[in-house]
Amino acid sequence: MPDKNGHFGEFGGCYVPETLRGLLFDLEKEFAACWKDPAFKKEFRFYLEEYAGRPTRLYYAERLSRQLKTLKVYLKREDLLHTGAHKVNNTLGQILVARRMGKRRIIAETGAGQHGVATATVCALFGLKCVVYMGSEDIKRQAMNVVRMKLMGAEVVSVESGSKTLKDAMNEAIRDWVTNVKDTYYLIGTVAGPHPYPYMVRELQSVIGIEARRQFWRKEKRLPDYLVACVGGGSNAMGLFYPFHKDKGVHIIGVEAAGHGIHSGAHSAAICAGRPGVLHGCKSYLLQDKNGQVTNAHSVAAGLDYPGVGPEHSYFSQIGVAEYVGITDKEAIDALKALSQIEGIIPALESSHAVAYLPKLARRVKGLKTVIVCLSGRGDKDMGTIAEVLNGE
Amino acid sequence: MNRIDQKFIELRKRQKKAFIAFITAGDPSLEATEKLVVEMEKSGADIIELGVPFSDPMADGATIQAASFRSLQRGTTPKKILSLVRRIRRVSQVPIALMTYYNPVCFLGDTDFVHAAKAAGVDGLIIPDLPVEEAGGLRKAAQKNDLSLVFFLSSTTSNERMAGIVKAASGFIYFVAVAGVTGARIALPTDIARHVNKAREMTRVPVCVGFGISTPEQVRDVAAFSDGVIVGSAIIKEIEKNSGSKDMPSAVAKFVGRLASVL
Repeated sequence: MPDKNGHFGEFGGCYVPETLRGLLFDLEKEFAACWKDPAFKKEFRFYLEEYAGRPTRLYYAERLSRQLKTLKVYLKREDLLHTGAHKVNNTLGQILVARRMGKRRIIAETGAGQHGVATATVCALFGLKCVVYMGSEDIKRQAMNVVRMKLMGAEVVSVESGSKTLKDAMNEAIRDWVTNVKDTYYLIGTVAGPHPYPYMVRELQSVIGIEARRQFWRKEKRLPDYLVACVGGGSNAMGLFYPFHKDKGVHIIGVEAAGHGIHSGAHSAAICAGRPGVLHGCKSYLLQDKNGQVTNAHSVAAGLDYPGVGPEHSYFSQIGVAEYVGITDKEAIDALKALSQIEGIIPALESSHAVAYLPKLARRVKGLKTVIVCLSGRGDKDMGTIAEVLNGE
Repeated sequence: MNRIDQKFIELRKRQKKAFIAFITAGDPSLEATEKLVVEMEKSGADIIELGVPFSDPMADGATIQAASFRSLQRGTTPKKILSLVRRIRRVSQVPIALMTYYNPVCFLGDTDFVHAAKAAGVDGLIIPDLPVEEAGGLRKAAQKNDLSLVFFLSSTTSNERMAGIVKAASGFIYFVAVAGVTGARIALPTDIARHVNKAREMTRVPVCVGFGISTPEQVRDVAAFSDGVIVGSAIIKEIEKNSGSKDMPSAVAKFVGRLASVL
């Protein structure tokens, strides 16, 4: 649990304009009440199961495991959820909270478009107005998701400032929020932002790890040796990691986007290469220059293209609960191709970063080890990017 | 007692309200900022807020965002702004507060930032994304060095929180006139006076109002129920409008004079 002001060690907190501070206290109280309320949990579970399709499978990837030799790989199939990624776990939970608070207008930021789609989906489901902020650069590379959002009735606002990606979409969403604070609920898509979001989103996404733990136990009668998940803001990773974070024998590995390589400067590896800073309401590792200006992140995966990271990941890194590594664009694309060919599963470019770490892990371990990989989303949305890569070859 | 405190004592004696002018340092250049500060003081600005540009100004509207961007493009850094304040101090004792986001401060460290600012001749810090709960370290450092740490209040602030904030504030309190980001508005909310009065009843620290104020009429209206008025985006628009002209500083100062003269 974070402390009363939302700190995980030195990270986290609530760095917001005064206009928003009171609302965040209200949200914290509201979520605490919901999370203790059996009726809320029952409703949440109902939508997770009947609407989104939980539980997702824990699939033993036999051919991939055989190829890796030293690893027995289980894929947590969040890609099979409605809307194609884990994001809907969070949006379903938060929309129920927003309804209890009487908010009629929902805003969200999105990078890859997956969170935007998941938000547009639940707004359609409950008949609420939905505005999604998206960097114009991301609108170009994730065009299909823009169509999906619009189809479900969301207004997609193109953000032209800064790097025109997720970071700038979040700036713009916060500006909208502070202006329309009375009737608007900001549905943040990851374990970042001001308290209570990192805590709340972790709780809502923990269903991934709780299920995976139970499923793995049924199959293997023990706990896994490794957990691997990609980390942008880090919500799928935190959802998988958190229910295992006290298990001493479970090694937890978060995979950041190393872009063109950590030393190139063009990457999104906030924990591997950033230093503590404050952006979008929380203190966490952050990519910044020598004057404390936030630098532009890069990743081929739009969902990882963010210069910060969830504060609890920074804390996990600092206290050694989890290890964080980097995977380059090229390694991720190769992993996407490999998993498609060997298992018939096309992972999202984001999730491909986690898959790409498996050969490296396989070389590291002694004997046969078990690993759960969070396959956080499916690759359909990335076919434009992949087609370009394939054409270039 | 720093220059901000002295200024408010002097204004109270004269039964005057403060006119506080905000500009982004380094827009269009640091040399221009230097001239602007001196000229605006002559035209009646009581206190100057210098914006230290940040890459992600989430509390700012389009005008100040654009000014921050231009300034950063020209290579403005916190260090260069402190040198600018040093140069200004050779010719002017106008109270100066730096307005920035918390990351550039946090990057240098609370204590180091405060020391550097104080040594350059800065009198106060205004940080819109640093609520009082997160400000412990910076408050301690600021207090020790007689640097004012200005906190914000808004119409969404509860009475209970307000009591805590006014206790922590020094220099003045920045009351946000409109829920939202910085930038000129045609109309200000009608219930703002009530909220500001509530704060003024709780504290002796001056309560100044900013966000959305751009005309002499608005300045006069807001001054009637506050201790001072803060104008930013409207001044930056004047800078933009006169950007090509070498008389820009005096043209902008004339605009500031028109706003300040109603107080």
